[in-house]
Amino acid sequence: MKLDSKIPEGPLAEKWTKHKFNLKLVNPANKRKYDIIVVGTGLAGASAAASLAELGYNVKAFCFQDSPRRAHSIAAQGGINAAKNYQNDGDSVQRLFYDTIKGGDYRAREGNVYRLAEVSVNIIDQCVAQGVPFAREYGGLLSNRSFGGAQVSRTFYARGQTGQQLLLGAYSALNRQIANGKVQMYNRTEMLDLVTVDGKARGIVTRDLITGKIEAHSGHAVLLCTGGYGNVFFLSTNAKGSNVTAAWRAHKKGALFGNPCYTQIHPTCIPVSGDHQSKLTLMSESLRNDGRVWVPKVASPGLKAKDAKDIPESGRDYFLERRYPSFGNLVPRDVASRNAKNICDEGRGVGSGLAVFLDFADAIKRDGRKTIEAKYGNLFDMYRQITGDNPYEVPMMIYPAVHYTMGGLWVDYNLMTSVPGLYSLGEANFSDHGANRLGASALMQGLADGYFVIPYTIGDYLAGLPHAKISTDSPEFTAAVAKANATINKFLSIKGKKTVDQFHRELGLTMWDYCGMSRTAEGLLKAKTKIQALRAEFWQNVNVLGGADELNQELEKAMRVADFMELGELMVDDALNRSESCGGHFREESQTPEGEALRQDDEFAYVAAWQYMGENQPEVLHQEPLVFENVKLTQRSYK
Amino acid sequence: MKITLKIWRQKNRNTKGSFKMYALEHVSADMSFLEMLDVLNSDLIQKGEESIAFDHDCREGICGMCSLYINGRPHGPVQTTACQLHMRSFKDGQTITIEPWRASAFPVIKDLVVDRSAFDRIQQAGGYVSVNTGGVPDANEIPISKKIADEAFDAAACIGCGACVAACKNASAMLFVGAKVSQFALLPQGKPERKERVEKMVAQMDAEGFGACTNTGACEAECPKGISLTNIARMNREYFSSAISSYEVQSKGAD
Repeated sequence: MKLDSKIPEGPLAEKWTKHKFNLKLVNPANKRKYDIIVVGTGLAGASAAASLAELGYNVKAFCFQDSPRRAHSIAAQGGINAAKNYQNDGDSVQRLFYDTIKGGDYRAREGNVYRLAEVSVNIIDQCVAQGVPFAREYGGLLSNRSFGGAQVSRTFYARGQTGQQLLLGAYSALNRQIANGKVQMYNRTEMLDLVTVDGKARGIVTRDLITGKIEAHSGHAVLLCTGGYGNVFFLSTNAKGSNVTAAWRAHKKGALFGNPCYTQIHPTCIPVSGDHQSKLTLMSESLRNDGRVWVPKVASPGLKAKDAKDIPESGRDYFLERRYPSFGNLVPRDVASRNAKNICDEGRGVGSGLAVFLDFADAIKRDGRKTIEAKYGNLFDMYRQITGDNPYEVPMMIYPAVHYTMGGLWVDYNLMTSVPGLYSLGEANFSDHGANRLGASALMQGLADGYFVIPYTIGDYLAGLPHAKISTDSPEFTAAVAKANATINKFLSIKGKKTVDQFHRELGLTMWDYCGMSRTAEGLLKAKTKIQALRAEFWQNVNVLGGADELNQELEKAMRVADFMELGELMVDDALNRSESCGGHFREESQTPEGEALRQDDEFAYVAAWQYMGENQPEVLHQEPLVFENVKLTQRSYK
Repeated sequence: MKITLKIWRQKNRNTKGSFKMYALEHVSADMSFLEMLDVLNSDLIQKGEESIAFDHDCREGICGMCSLYINGRPHGPVQTTACQLHMRSFKDGQTITIEPWRASAFPVIKDLVVDRSAFDRIQQAGGYVSVNTGGVPDANEIPISKKIADEAFDAAACIGCGACVAACKNASAMLFVGAKVSQFALLPQGKPERKERVEKMVAQMDAEGFGACTNTGACEAECPKGISLTNIARMNREYFSSAISSYEVQSKGAD
């Protein structure tokens, strides 16, 4: 299989403009003859569905939640980057491009990242026009803050709820098209399979989560905007329902999966409190602007936050400030996470042993409680609500948690996967963040893909297609529906002894121990064996009660966990293959003398795209070489 | 701690429901309320009983999916979402009653899960600014005073959970609708359509069967995001002013 990224020729700054001109157009009168299926209604899905409907296409949109407004983009806190240079501090499209490609540890495509930086400015205009209430200065203009290690202030925000406000903006645009009859919305409906006919994506099979009805839907193109797969770890900052099913089923129908091992572990999350833990809560990265990270110099097992004051200044190790004097507590996410893990592995963690302090005492002394409250009040309240500790009086305890997955379905410059007519947008694709995503860039990518990329690129494909309606009576659709029904009946008939969550927790623990913040060949091989055994047991011993024709939340979970098990094994394979360290992927075998991630550019400057070969067959690796014509590859240093 | 749970069980929309009692031992004070339900569900499955269906997703207090009526209050004893409520807010030995949202516009689907699609239809009636993607002015073209932007944000912070409706003795949706109407009435981008917007959204609200507002303020007191009653007052103002000056007076459900 030949991987063609379709990056246009020519100078970086002209690629997108030229490409847009070269793309074929669909006549306005013909647009209404094409049906487009959009799965997922987060930032990428809602913005794509609305924008395509505005152009005149017929859109069918699907979400598993009870309303499109609940997609997990809503939980993003910090902000959205854009190269507006409103602050006159030296920002530009070129600089946002450079920061993003460097932040990704040189494992993303130059062409894609440059386009992302280019359209970032349009996103802010669009959102403001929709009535998104961004933070403003007293003069009435938009406010910016600095974020995620960037040296300019380019992050637009709406208090700590930027994702919510951007999603509600996209949701309002979607609602307008639902009211216009151009989008048919299916809530509480989950995609179970992709249907291909003659090698092209032609539709999907879904389950109505209320009635259990399995249905086939056809379209001339299918867009998967279904988010990331962090829940493979069971514990993550993702919503409980976030899953890989749509992307994974598409993978099994021929779509290559890109860089599955690239996972982002966020440094500032609330630590696990017990075996009952069901998810992890993120505390915004912005806290590291004022909070100081430390542990006692001498291991003090079980140290509680209220007793932190008994440790004198001389007995504290501010390990990020010590190791990285120039960036201090503001090192990038992957570096901060790894250091916290190492300290805890040494036995110097506090609380349960898997936590470090994030202390605001100095900031409160310096700026006053009022100032700190104005900046972080909502986060402090949330922390207090969850832990029962008051961070104005005692230090917070934090520990890294799985947050985002940079890997995803492989797509070309047009966002099309290796299956013609199947596209993937937002976190669901692998494209723009390389091996590590910078803060405030996820919202930017989701909306860039949905508002400003897909409306152009999809026409190029559709223009060459006949516009006759696609029948769902073909054998391909019938077979996919029968298979979905059979899988459901299989689950209901196992009647084993363990709950779905028990299996999911075991899978998560294996992934976290061996394919988490730090990976070794030995550990990964062990993980592979464990996952295979767990998967075999799952299909023999899982207990799914209830029926097929009703709301059945255990059944929903079982189907998602089955896919996570298969994906988990592929992540391990990918991590095993990539014996270098880069970004969020740290292989202990490849580090600098100081213990930092060491890339092997000669060997690994490529995208790993995996092809499914059938049940229990090893997947085949395809390499897309990454070509750097505009940036020089350097070792990242934050010392 | 030990707790006793009295939980509403209902097979589906067309079947009559009833309360069932469950006992839970070994509940940790650090558990979230939903984690306590996870533990109960796991116990039930082990015993061969079907788990209790409840809506939840982000478990961070922002998606608005969770919708539990706990001891007679939407989202329980603390003014937050049920997912952010922790067991340390309850006492050892306490009996906790859990019901779904009760409102005729929110029919029960199963157990504690209700159908809130009426909220989506109200938003579809006019909860947007009619702009297409592209061709919009630069984001800093229209300055908006910080005070107005902040007020619009306060209204826009609504998570659409429906606690306001569940709290109201009339099952009124005025706080929810008022919040969206306010956000757009305050911002310059929302001004061109403000009259039709409020008329259409109120008409849809009435058509969905939500009750009238009698200003008791229970909605504000229970709102996990602190959406203020001011938004209802502003919506009423918008509605009356458009009724006497708009080109297209619409009324679907009011007669």
